[in-house]
Amino acid sequence: MSTYSIGIDLGTTNSAVSYFKLAEAEARGSAQTMLGIPQITSVGTVEERLLLPSFLYLPNAEEFPAGTLALPWDKKRKDAVVGEFARSHGSKVPMRLVASAKSWLCHAGVDRLSAILPWQAPEDVQRVSPLDASAGYLAHLREAWDHQFPDDALDKQDVVLTVPASFDAAARDLTLKAAQQAGLPNITLIEEPQAAFYAWIEQMGDGFRKQVKPGDVVLVVDVGGGTTDFSLIAVTSKDGDVALTRVAVGDHILLGGDNMDLALAHTVNQRLAAEGKKLDTWQFNALTFACRQAKEQLFADAKLKKAPLVVPGRSSSLVGGTIKAELSRDELTSVLTDGFFPKSAVTDLPQVARRTGLAQMALPYAQDAGVTRHLAAFLTRQARAMATAHDAPVKVEGRAFVHPTAVLFNGGAFKASTLKDRVIEVLNDWLAADGGQPAKELEGAELDLAVARGAAYYGWVRHGHGLRIRGGTARAYYVGVETAMPAVPGMEPPVKALCVAPFGMEEGTQADVPTQEFGLVVGEHTRFRFFASSLRRDDRVGVMLDDVIGNDELEEVAPIETTLPTQNGNEGNLVPVNLQAVVTEIGTLELRCLEKGGPGKWKLELNVRMKE
Amino acid sequence: MEKPIQSETSFLARLRTGWSAFIRALGSPDFSRKVAELLRPSPTQAKPKPVELPPECLHASGLAVLSLLQREGRLIDFLKEDMAAFSDAEIGAAARVVHAGCRKVFSEYFTLEPALKDAEGATIKVPAGFDAQRIRLTGNIAGQPPFRGTLKHHGWVATAVNIPKVSEALDPRVLAAAEVEL
Repeated sequence: MSTYSIGIDLGTTNSAVSYFKLAEAEARGSAQTMLGIPQITSVGTVEERLLLPSFLYLPNAEEFPAGTLALPWDKKRKDAVVGEFARSHGSKVPMRLVASAKSWLCHAGVDRLSAILPWQAPEDVQRVSPLDASAGYLAHLREAWDHQFPDDALDKQDVVLTVPASFDAAARDLTLKAAQQAGLPNITLIEEPQAAFYAWIEQMGDGFRKQVKPGDVVLVVDVGGGTTDFSLIAVTSKDGDVALTRVAVGDHILLGGDNMDLALAHTVNQRLAAEGKKLDTWQFNALTFACRQAKEQLFADAKLKKAPLVVPGRSSSLVGGTIKAELSRDELTSVLTDGFFPKSAVTDLPQVARRTGLAQMALPYAQDAGVTRHLAAFLTRQARAMATAHDAPVKVEGRAFVHPTAVLFNGGAFKASTLKDRVIEVLNDWLAADGGQPAKELEGAELDLAVARGAAYYGWVRHGHGLRIRGGTARAYYVGVETAMPAVPGMEPPVKALCVAPFGMEEGTQADVPTQEFGLVVGEHTRFRFFASSLRRDDRVGVMLDDVIGNDELEEVAPIETTLPTQNGNEGNLVPVNLQAVVTEIGTLELRCLEKGGPGKWKLELNVRMKE
Repeated sequence: MEKPIQSETSFLARLRTGWSAFIRALGSPDFSRKVAELLRPSPTQAKPKPVELPPECLHASGLAVLSLLQREGRLIDFLKEDMAAFSDAEIGAAARVVHAGCRKVFSEYFTLEPALKDAEGATIKVPAGFDAQRIRLTGNIAGQPPFRGTLKHHGWVATAVNIPKVSEALDPRVLAAAEVEL
């Protein structure tokens, strides 16, 4: 029996843990308890922080004095550093630093189970897989918890782990595997924008009913350190109370707050280079840090025209080696506000550059930095999808895009109210042009810690308290079926897609695919191509789509595969099977093969090793 | 039985006790063992001289603060540098680095409050029995408190210190390690 509900925000750049005593009868309000996470902050120094930077540093055996990487719960630790020191020292030794493991975890272009990180590290550096790195962060959090709550070990508690709403089935599966590897076998998943919304509800208490009413459509804009995530939550009324339904999620966009500080640093660096001042890597990091501070200064005081930037020299000669520069308000506005949140029309969609095969191997960063253009794409595509759906939860008739009535911001980037104001301004321009009412901001959100807090709150809600956001899967899933046709050289046989899990499948439900029968050969490896769509809301189980290749509503995800075990020399036998999809209680998708007219039942595994 | 204490510790008395103890010990092994026990050096006598910590360990927390101020604010670099050749503007730019970094250390590890809450420049009363730890009198000190005076500097008091614990495996003398780029 668990004592606590524990929310873990496993972020791209920062992780955090919030906890909630399940026996509490009342929500915590704004006093949402956070776990202090001991971590190495400097050689030989362990300090507690509320955020654990999601960085893993793999030191050389001789690099640090013996015993100086010890943690309170592991005096012998010497081979890996997680947290603040990993980030600060690793920025000077990038070839030994694992960063953005979470983005690699959902990158289908690489083998996510093999030791590929640090990316392009030299031969002698020990490497880990994206899964190992994520498990490493989770293990650190588990150990930190167990150290402080020895009587309530984390593996005995209700743990809720957050994932981006845009994570597909394979990435969710991997997150679950990482948790298992970290010694957390029993976890539940929640989408980050939903967690942010839960945190806001908890903070508002009953007052939230005054701020959102049936008919409202809340847009959650979550710009984290490395990713941008959109979700739409519809407020409806049910049995006299409000009901919340997450109706749509956006695509995975690798673009976040870290990009913004980097963009500022690059701009200033170009100017310095023109003046003949060349910065090395170390100084560039210092410049990025200085830009972040100058940004905060300028955003905090609207009267300031410019903020000083000082990059200290690296040698012990501080005064002699210091490089001075300035960040002007004009620069900040053009690079950050206009660069990342441009005043674009709702018809301006993100530019997609042609990729080469090689470029796909590294992380697929967003090609267009315009968050507002990504938002426009999300809202217009969802409007098109809902216009054709039979029971669209949000009215879209005659509208060019889904009209949100309220916006909830999440992520450290929005500490700058200028950026929030810009998003609201652009959105309201779109709304005015499309004949809609202006959307308002849902205020009072805690931007850095909300996701962990909301996750802990959700664990408590699952025990029957408060209001639960419904919605089910945010995608429909399809299995690729090759059509029989005579082989034609140079032509790929057309692939059809069979819907195996419809949009909005609720947790703890299953769907059988009765119409289509497959023959599986015992002992042979069977593999299906696997597709997902966040737009096709109406496809029922068993629906067959003809034109998979080139259909931009479908996105190919990791293939699924299985090998039927041999028994009593039945190798080579053909077994007729039906498919069955299950959305588990913990929020992952499982596919099974059921033997037709027999007891056989086999799980299909998502192959995350490599998209071929 | 009430004898003055001197009589038992006088030389003659001690000689008497010693002699009778000698005789009894010769005759009684049991008594002899008891005397031997009394003669054994007591544990307090056996206590070795306290080991003196090497100075760097004795002052480890002070060195740790220096190290923090150097790490975050380059304070040692700044203080050890010869300022003569630099312009005020150059020193000013570097001072921003020092100020921002050291300020961060201060806000993170020390909670400081003025010793007196009154505004500087205000006329204040120094009562009889004032706290001489927190208040230093200057100028014309005559007569007995209460005094009246002008608050020139409000002083500083550390109300909380939260210096991070540094591993014993780390040599506290190294305030900043040399950096060698490979």
